[in-house]
Amino acid sequence: MTETAGTYGTEFFVRWLEAVAEAVEREADRLTELDAAIGDADHGANLRRGFTAVRKALEEEPPTAPGAVLVAAGKQLISTVGGASGPLYGTLLRRAGKALGDDPQVTRERFAGALGEGVEAVSRLGGAAPGDKTMLDALGPGVEGLKVSFSAGRDRAGEGAAGTVPLRARKGRASYLGERSAGHEDPGAASSALLFAALAATARAEAADGTRTDGEGAA
Amino acid sequence: MKMLINVPETVVADALRGMAAAHPELTVDVERRVVVRRDAPVAGKVALVSGGGSGHEPLHAGFVGPGMLDAACPGEVFTSPVPDQMVRAAAAVDSGAGVLFVVKNYTGDVLNFEMAAELAEDEGVRIARVLVDDDVAVTDSLYTAGRRGTGATLFVEKIAGAATEEGAPLERVEAVARRVNERSRSFGVALGACTTPAKGSPTFDLPPGELELGVGIHGEPGRERRAMMTAREIADVAVEAVLDDLRPTGPVLALVNGMGGTPLLELYGFHAEVARVLGERGVPVARALVGNYVTSLDMAGCSVTLCEADEELLRLWDAPVRTAALRWGL
Repeated sequence: MTETAGTYGTEFFVRWLEAVAEAVEREADRLTELDAAIGDADHGANLRRGFTAVRKALEEEPPTAPGAVLVAAGKQLISTVGGASGPLYGTLLRRAGKALGDDPQVTRERFAGALGEGVEAVSRLGGAAPGDKTMLDALGPGVEGLKVSFSAGRDRAGEGAAGTVPLRARKGRASYLGERSAGHEDPGAASSALLFAALAATARAEAADGTRTDGEGAA
Repeated sequence: MKMLINVPETVVADALRGMAAAHPELTVDVERRVVVRRDAPVAGKVALVSGGGSGHEPLHAGFVGPGMLDAACPGEVFTSPVPDQMVRAAAAVDSGAGVLFVVKNYTGDVLNFEMAAELAEDEGVRIARVLVDDDVAVTDSLYTAGRRGTGATLFVEKIAGAATEEGAPLERVEAVARRVNERSRSFGVALGACTTPAKGSPTFDLPPGELELGVGIHGEPGRERRAMMTAREIADVAVEAVLDDLRPTGPVLALVNGMGGTPLLELYGFHAEVARVLGERGVPVARALVGNYVTSLDMAGCSVTLCEADEELLRLWDAPVRTAALRWGL
C-alpha cells in the first residue's frame, strides 16, 4: 500500500466503514435506547443491519477508489436500512462518493469538502435545517471540524450531538412529541457522531501503524 | 415480555411465510418482502401499491386482493420498506395503466417511496403518489414532519381500490384517493405502550392509572398524559378532536380501530360511545367498521377515524372486496 503523505486511499475508506460498522454494533443498544425515548426504538437495529450489509458488499466486491467505496456503501444502506435513516445516510455517502470521483488518493480537506456536499444533499432530501434536532446537527459541525483535523471532526460532531439534548424536534418522528422531545439526545445525531469518531480512530490507527508520515492521524 | 415468536430477527419473514401458507390467492416473496395478488397484473387496471413498517397488521398485506391493494411491501417492524421492494412490486402489478403508491406521511415512508417512484419511472412504469396524513393530534406546521398517516389509510386503500376495479384511469384513482384523505381525520389513544420484538420491553412507560392522548401507531408517546378515563370520556375527547378539524356537513364513514391489545368487547363498547357523541353532534354515521385494522403491535388503545362521505365514496366503499382482513360483497 503506497500512499502519498497527507492523502488517503481506498483501503483507508474501507477501514473507516468497517470501524463504523463496529461502532454501530457496539453502540446499537445505546442508539436504540435514545430512539425509544423520542422515536420508535429501532435506530440501533436498523443501522446494524445496514452496516453489516455494507461490510459484506465491500468484502465481496472491493471497490477500487475512495469515491467508489462510499457510493457502494451508500447504495447498500438505501437497499437495506429502510426508515428515514436509510435514504439519508445512503444519500450522504453516495453524494460524497460521487464528489470524490475516480481519484485513487484524496486529502483530508478534499474529503471534508465531499462530505460537505453529502450533508447538503441530506439537508435537501430531508428538508431539515441545523437546530431541527436531526443528524444534521452533528454532521454539519463534524464536517467543519474535519476541515481542521480528524480529531476536531470527532469532537465537533460529538458536541453537536450532545447539543441536541435541549432542542425541540422539528423533523422526523420525534417532532410528533412537541415540547416533550426536549431533554433527549437525537439518535440520528448520535449515530452521525459515530461516523466521525470512527474516522478519527481509523486515522489514528493508521498513524500508529507507521504508514502515515505527516502526523495527521495522531492529532 | 413473552412473545409468540422464534427469534426477533425473523418475525417479519416468519409472518410472511405464514401468509403464504394461509393465503394461496396471494403471491408472497418472503425473501424480497413483496405480497402481490395472484392474478396481477390485471389487464387494463390501474394498480394500487402500498407499504410501510411491519407491526400494523393487517395493514398493508392483509388488504391485498381484488377490490383493494394489488401489492404490499412490508418493512422491518416500524421501519419503512426499502425502495427495491416498491420497484419490484410496481413491476409485478403494472398492466401498463400505471401504479398509484399509497404512502403514509412519515419521513421514512415518504423518502423511500420517493426514491422508488424515480427508479420505477426509469423502468417505464407510470407512478402517481398519494400521501395519507389524517392524524389531528399532530399539528401540521413548520415545526413537525406534518400530520401522521393512520386509520384513514384503510379508507384510502379500500375506496381507491374499488375505483381501480371500475376501470378508472390513474389520474382519476389518484384524485379519489386524495379526496378520501382530505375528508378524513383521526385521533388515537393509548392505554399502554407496545413492545417491539427487538427491544423486548415497552417503548414507553405508562403507569396503570394513566393514559396517553394523541398517540401514533409506532409506540411513540402521545401529546398529553392524563389520569385514566372511561370509554365515555375518551370518546368525548377523541370525537371532539376529530370534529374540530373535520367539520363534516353530511354523513361519515366511521372506523373505530383497535391498536392490537384491546379486545373487541371493549372496542364495540367504545363504538357505542362514539356513535352517541356523533348523534349528539348531529353527524349521521353512514357506515361503521369496528376492529383491529391499523395496529401498533400489542398496544392497548384505539383510534377514531371519520371520513366525510358522499355518494361516490359510499358506492366505492360498498363495492366488493376480497382480502385477508376485509371482505364483503364477493
